[in-house]
Amino acid sequence: MNTQQTIEERLWNFIDGTAIPSEIPVIEQLLQSDEAWKKKYKELLQVNKLLKSSELDAPSLRFTKNVMEEISRLHIAPATKSYINNKIIWGIGFFFIALLVGFLIYGFGQMGLSVGEETSLSRNLNKVDFSKFFSNTWVNAFLMINVVLGLFLLDNFFTAKRKEFRKQL
Amino acid sequence: MSTGLSDNEIISQVLDGDHQAYAGLVNRYQNYVFTLTLRIVKNREDAEEVAQDVFIKAYKYLADFRGASKFTTWLYTIVNNTCISFLRKKKLDIHSLDNEKVFEMAGNLDSGMKANLVEHKSKLAMVHDAIGLLNADDAQIITLFYKAEQSLEETAQILGIEVNTAKVRLHRARTRLKEKMETHFAEEVKDLN
Repeated sequence: MNTQQTIEERLWNFIDGTAIPSEIPVIEQLLQSDEAWKKKYKELLQVNKLLKSSELDAPSLRFTKNVMEEISRLHIAPATKSYINNKIIWGIGFFFIALLVGFLIYGFGQMGLSVGEETSLSRNLNKVDFSKFFSNTWVNAFLMINVVLGLFLLDNFFTAKRKEFRKQL
Repeated sequence: MSTGLSDNEIISQVLDGDHQAYAGLVNRYQNYVFTLTLRIVKNREDAEEVAQDVFIKAYKYLADFRGASKFTTWLYTIVNNTCISFLRKKKLDIHSLDNEKVFEMAGNLDSGMKANLVEHKSKLAMVHDAIGLLNADDAQIITLFYKAEQSLEETAQILGIEVNTAKVRLHRARTRLKEKMETHFAEEVKDLN
């Protein structure tokens, strides 16, 4: 970043009131002693003043009438909050967590772990009946739900990326 | 008429069934909304259509406004989203700084200057025209900050970006605006100094 840009940026922050407090006395000092800063400050103040006093564009005279005619045919939609019940969302979340915990318990139960027996983990894993585990309809349904949720997440991710890309344009 | 009432009071009236009270909000903010839409879609007819759409959407979803932010911040968020949808639907490109059309517009303004037409323009009209030469994103952030009286935090909220990003974008937009003014309105800028 060149010096001129830095001066402008610091001065704009000073004018907007967004400069960090420790920077304010430094800028004030520079404005009193440095001619280049003084000149730039005057220039930016002029632009700021013009921007603040610039006028708004006005739509046609029939604008309000047109809007009121359109809304006379509409009804205000109920607030989103009123038809999305948080308890239901929490309930769904709790259901999935309970399901996950249930399968974990079932899975560990299949391993037949007990104190005093052979403790080698690989040996215990060999005892798990995977065919029984994955042929279970409930497990398959659970996996399917997870796949669908995964696709939703992927879709959200791509939507966010697309938004970012559009903003960059 | 609800002229002396605050935005929130008018909204309460509308939600209580007095639909005509909504005209108060439309009258109050139509110029702000229209200016913002015009800065983005760059065409008066389209801007008016989008601005109407904004007020219709705002009415329809008024019950969703919970007063957590200023009504204008909420309204300008609808402006932003509606303009993006409109541009996407019309497949219009958001003008970039290198866009030929911008230079075409600038060229027209230059010839206007040669014809001594610009000499009669006020300084305010000069700023207005210079903003018109900016790309949609720059023009939008300048309009939100200066004309729509939104703070940096509110501007960031409307645009769905971080405050620091909004600060940088505003700074860049002002730098580009100054460049446009110096390039296309050299005489007027000279008068300013």
